[in-house]
Amino acid sequence: MKMIVAIIQPYRLDEVKEALYAADVNLLTVSEVLGHGRQGGQVEVYRGNKETGNLLRKLRLEIAVNESFVEPTIQAISKGAHTGEVGDGKIFVYDLAEVVRIRTGERGGEAIG
Amino acid sequence: MPATPMLSVGNTAWVIMATAMVMFMTVPALGLFYGGLVRKKNILSVLMQCFITLALVSVLWVAFGYSLAFSDGEFIPGVIGDFKWSFFAGISPDQLSPYYVSDPVGRVPHLAFAMFQCMFAVITPALIVGAFAERMKFSSFLVFTFFWEILIYCPLAHMVWSTNGWLFKLGVLDFAGGIVVHINAGFAALAAALVIGKRNNLKALPPHNLPYTLIGAAMLWFGWFGFNAGSALAADGIAVNAIVTTNLAAAVAGLVWPLLDKLVNKRSTILGTATGAVVGLGAVTPASGYVGVGGAIVIGAVASACGFMMVTFVKERFGYDDALDTFGCHGIGGLVGTLLTGVFASPLIWKGHQSSYAGALYGNPGQFLLQLLASGVTIAISFGGTFVLMKLVDALVGLRVDAKDEAIGLDIALHHERAYTVLD
Repeated sequence: MKMIVAIIQPYRLDEVKEALYAADVNLLTVSEVLGHGRQGGQVEVYRGNKETGNLLRKLRLEIAVNESFVEPTIQAISKGAHTGEVGDGKIFVYDLAEVVRIRTGERGGEAIG
Repeated sequence: MPATPMLSVGNTAWVIMATAMVMFMTVPALGLFYGGLVRKKNILSVLMQCFITLALVSVLWVAFGYSLAFSDGEFIPGVIGDFKWSFFAGISPDQLSPYYVSDPVGRVPHLAFAMFQCMFAVITPALIVGAFAERMKFSSFLVFTFFWEILIYCPLAHMVWSTNGWLFKLGVLDFAGGIVVHINAGFAALAAALVIGKRNNLKALPPHNLPYTLIGAAMLWFGWFGFNAGSALAADGIAVNAIVTTNLAAAVAGLVWPLLDKLVNKRSTILGTATGAVVGLGAVTPASGYVGVGGAIVIGAVASACGFMMVTFVKERFGYDDALDTFGCHGIGGLVGTLLTGVFASPLIWKGHQSSYAGALYGNPGQFLLQLLASGVTIAISFGGTFVLMKLVDALVGLRVDAKDEAIGLDIALHHERAYTVLD
């Protein structure tokens, strides 16, 4: 099992969700984060004081998947989040040691089937 | 032999207070009401548009706006005044207002009337912000607001409220701005929304801060006492009648909408209740000094129901993106109230005064026709004029921000500011 963590532009969330559902991936967690890549963030100015390198709003998706779903999930996220512009985001894949469905007590691949 | 006009301290004190209350309606009331409805990345842009409108129109009004709207000299008879009162030239502080409503003898200073009217001139273009929220360039907004004020607001104010105005002379009734403010801004909003086009990636977006919207609505209700009762230009029975009708129409409207919400949407919502009350306030505006309790109840109920229909069904059917429902609420509310003024205006309200007003219900169907005429004229000028002006501004400086800026959010893109910091 793998945990897929993706950082995407907030306004691409709908497209990413649609692509995930189409790939039969229905479990996900979304949180709001701040960050930036190489482009260094936006400029903000307060009473003439310029602040640079500011962290931008991003969304973080966390999706636990079985092996066979890893590549389809990566494809779906990429397809939904891609705009060609700097700031499209990143996808990270972690090994996942254990998963538990709290309601039923199911473990492992069953819990995220 | 009519008595000589003289300064009334009571009337003056009230009108000064009412001026401050109406200013309060634009900033912060409207700013919060609208601001809470947009996405959080755009709230500063809405607050900015409201605040800067107060500043811009305040100066414009003194420079020549007041004169164009209310001077007794005219460039085009019945349509627009002239520049004789530019920068309040010739109006000294001790001079009495030539305008009065319910008290011909006890006058306020001329400057008090001018400043009271200034706040109406401010809030009217600020209402239109709701139509193009979240996608208009700041420079384009300033250019549009400046010319809209001069070319559309000032003539309409002159036609309906100046004693030389052709609609005024016909006997059209607009106590506090149902025509000049609400129909005007509402139909201008429709035109603006159609020209600028829909927001990108449009889907049902929840308001980012409903508490702000609620606070804004409550502040609007408070301010509206100044808006309507202040329009009597006196602290007397007619002003109090306006307090009665204003509060009642808002209250009835604020009950009808959550009822319809429950029937149609399964739950009464705070947004619906607040919106309903605001619609009721807008609708009773032209009627507030002319109708009684019965008229206020009917106006509040009908306007709220119409607003509910517009927002729930009509907007979706026709697909225009009037982002914050300025047309659906102020345009339609103002229209309903203006027409019903022609029905419910009652001679009983002005008993004891020299003037008397009657609507269709009191044997004067002609009043309803006059209200209909005024509405039609206003819709034509407001919608048509705004449509053309928006096209012109588009051709000269463009209207919309580019897609990337719209996605990032206007606060960062246009103002380099963020409303809500996250880490510190």
